[in-house]
Amino acid sequence: MDITINKQMVQKNEKEQDFTPVFKINNLNLWYGQDHALKDIKFDIPEKQVTAIIGPSGCGKSTFIKTLNRMVEMVPIVRMSGEIVYREKNIFNPKYGVEELRTQVGMVFQKPNPFPKSIYENVAYGPRIHGIKNKKVLDEVVEKSLRGAAIWDEVKDRLHENAYGLSGGQQQRLCIARCLAIEPDVILMDEPTSALDPISTLKVEELVQELKKDYSIVIVTHNMQQAARISDRTAFFLNGEVVEYTDTSTLFSNPSDKRTEDYITGRFG
Amino acid sequence: MSRDKTNQKSIRSMIQENKSSRSQSAVMEKVVPKIFLICAIISIFTTIGIVFTLLTETFTFFNRISIVEFFTNTRWFPFTSDENADFGIIALIMGTLTVTAIAMVVAIPIGLAAAIYLSEYASAKTRKVIKPILEVLAGIPTIVYGFFALTFVTPLLDKIIPGGISIFNALSPGIVVGIMIIPMIASLSEDAMNAVPNSMREGALALGATRFEVAMKVVLPAALSGVIASFVLGISRAIGETMIVTIAGGSRPTADINVTESIQTMTAYIVQVSQGDTGYGTTIYYSIYAVGMTLFVFTLIMNLLAQFISRKFREEY
Amino acid sequence: MPLINKESVKKRMGTRLAANGVAKFLFILATCFSLLVLGVLIYRILSEGLPYLSLDFITNFASRMPERAGIWAALLGTIWVMAVTAPVSFILGVGTAIYLEEYAKKNAFTKFVQINISNLAGVPSIVFGLLGLTIFVRLLGLGSSVLAGGLTMSLLILPVIVVASQEAIRTVPREIREASFGMGATKWQTIRRIVFPAALPGILTGTILALSRAVGETAPLLVLGALAYVAFVPENIFSQFTVLPIQLYNWTSRPQEEFHMIAASGIIILLIILLIMNSIAVLIRNKFHKRF
Repeated sequence: MDITINKQMVQKNEKEQDFTPVFKINNLNLWYGQDHALKDIKFDIPEKQVTAIIGPSGCGKSTFIKTLNRMVEMVPIVRMSGEIVYREKNIFNPKYGVEELRTQVGMVFQKPNPFPKSIYENVAYGPRIHGIKNKKVLDEVVEKSLRGAAIWDEVKDRLHENAYGLSGGQQQRLCIARCLAIEPDVILMDEPTSALDPISTLKVEELVQELKKDYSIVIVTHNMQQAARISDRTAFFLNGEVVEYTDTSTLFSNPSDKRTEDYITGRFG
Repeated sequence: MSRDKTNQKSIRSMIQENKSSRSQSAVMEKVVPKIFLICAIISIFTTIGIVFTLLTETFTFFNRISIVEFFTNTRWFPFTSDENADFGIIALIMGTLTVTAIAMVVAIPIGLAAAIYLSEYASAKTRKVIKPILEVLAGIPTIVYGFFALTFVTPLLDKIIPGGISIFNALSPGIVVGIMIIPMIASLSEDAMNAVPNSMREGALALGATRFEVAMKVVLPAALSGVIASFVLGISRAIGETMIVTIAGGSRPTADINVTESIQTMTAYIVQVSQGDTGYGTTIYYSIYAVGMTLFVFTLIMNLLAQFISRKFREEY
Repeated sequence: MPLINKESVKKRMGTRLAANGVAKFLFILATCFSLLVLGVLIYRILSEGLPYLSLDFITNFASRMPERAGIWAALLGTIWVMAVTAPVSFILGVGTAIYLEEYAKKNAFTKFVQINISNLAGVPSIVFGLLGLTIFVRLLGLGSSVLAGGLTMSLLILPVIVVASQEAIRTVPREIREASFGMGATKWQTIRRIVFPAALPGILTGTILALSRAVGETAPLLVLGALAYVAFVPENIFSQFTVLPIQLYNWTSRPQEEFHMIAASGIIILLIILLIMNSIAVLIRNKFHKRF
């Protein structure tokens, strides 16, 4: 069902062609030491849509998504140039704190990474570090976030058990709930289903469709079918460059670049 | 849904409101690392403190007793009138080295053999039983070992050795210090041998070598630097060991070593002085720092040597 | 003609196998030697010490008469010293470990601190006694007090706690730190709320083991001037004191056989204390073993 809706929306987008960008990336370059990992990246990411980043491994797609919340800076040898404008503010401006950025731009990681705490504490963590102490508010946030991540019914009777007791798919949805708890503006997902079984993957994909009503989502995936199923726009990365970036249906049905075509038809990657 | 919407506003805005308290946490972010840095610096000050106190008090000591006499005189008789007193550290060093040598004669073969057994022969199950027992042995306080040396090992040696043994002697504490060090050598050597990859063992075993040949000709040579480093660390421990030698070794410093007779080690002398009624500022008071300095230098050299050996000759597998 | 003479290989096989057998036997013998010593040691101490062990022995003060002697003052002295050592060494040790693992840049200074800590671990305990005597007892004028003893012991076990805490902190996976940073947590929030709680079991295990070493230490406190004969309980951290191992040393170094007996009784108490501490450490270790 989702795919048909997607197509309609995509067509609508095509007609209007202009969207409200949440991120504007301008001439972004990134080096790991001598290794030039991202080259002159330039495109805009739309609000309240799902943007997929695809490409073969080592193409820089994971690096790219981590620049959007500046997690990439945890690697000490990283250097960057260019600018990323998030909601009219350059995120590389030293006055703009990473903590503030990451509060607005949440992230779900490749491997489920819950904290070694109870399910409740995992979700309450974000609000707590941002100064929300009221027990009633926290209870509400936890329930709402777990419902939002479609895991509430599975865990509501064991909120105070350790999160490590959950299955991998449940853990990943818990991580999404944890991310939702601080109500970010954007959610970055770095191959969120790569460590999950097909059924859990489906649940997460459905969830992404649900979430885009309220959130702008950027998702890195190595799975082209997944990108085709869930995203509105797709960027194809190759060797640190954006080869093609357009709405998903166009990219998969009528790619304008030979390399994109080769990749999506499975000739390499 | 509508309730959710209002709530959504409130959480996001609550987080925004709390931003004002960020300045407070920003101060924490700056102060906290400095507090931890101070903790780390205290460990450096400890070393500086040790070196500084030993050096200054030793310096005062050498103002009264010439450094030449200290290192060449073989007699150590501090507890007489000043003009008759002898401060020749060689007597104490000989006592320390005797005990250390006896200890290593006990600890090296037994510790190494136990390490080879645990690493090359023992099943995982046996290892699970024996390793905790070795840990227990390593955790027994030295005062208990000292008691054991005096009340059990010495009487036992007295019966075994023809002609007997005096109640305070070098042999008994030497053996017991060795026993104390066995777990240390065994576990460090075993770690070194465990680091040898199994493919090397399998290579030799596939050629028809026995376990013993593999242990001696493949594993031990490959792990040699780690094994020798464990010996050196064992020597350092033996040199610094205090209570066993104080209780069972006696307090007669002498450079003419007879292992069945009373001796005194550097450590035992420091205890002897601090147990007596020696006044602050006397030559004897300063002498414990000169002895302590010598002891410190000995163990430091051993520790650096052990680090050097395990670093320099670290095998690349 | 073949390069290898199969006959001679076969002939030598017997001796090689025999050598293997003999060696294995010797290795087992050596391993059993340690177990035997432990057995004898415990048997001797129990057989000498048990007859004198009673409630009175624990609650009495030391005495010239062996039958009335007890360990009350020493036991409380040990507890007082540990009450100083435990918090001081814990705060300093964990603080140093957090600094080295989380904040320190990879530079010469950090390397120096690390090397310094591993060298401190190899300094004989009696040298720490000389340090305490000079700095705490004389320079700071604390006298031979509980405070001076506790601080000296803290410095002695500091390297052990630092190394154990560093190892514990290193086992906390990078992924969960990233999760915390990804939600806009600051570094200190991440350390305090995520890394520290996750590393705490390992840190506690290391700290308890280090403290159990301090409980059994004699030499530094002897040098510091802790009293050997005490008939009072410390009233505060500036009181003079004795500790259990010093009391045991005092009894052991007397010539009378009876005092050796009560020394053995005291050793039983000391070993029980250490056994309890070690069991707690092992319990914590096993309970939280390999969570990540």
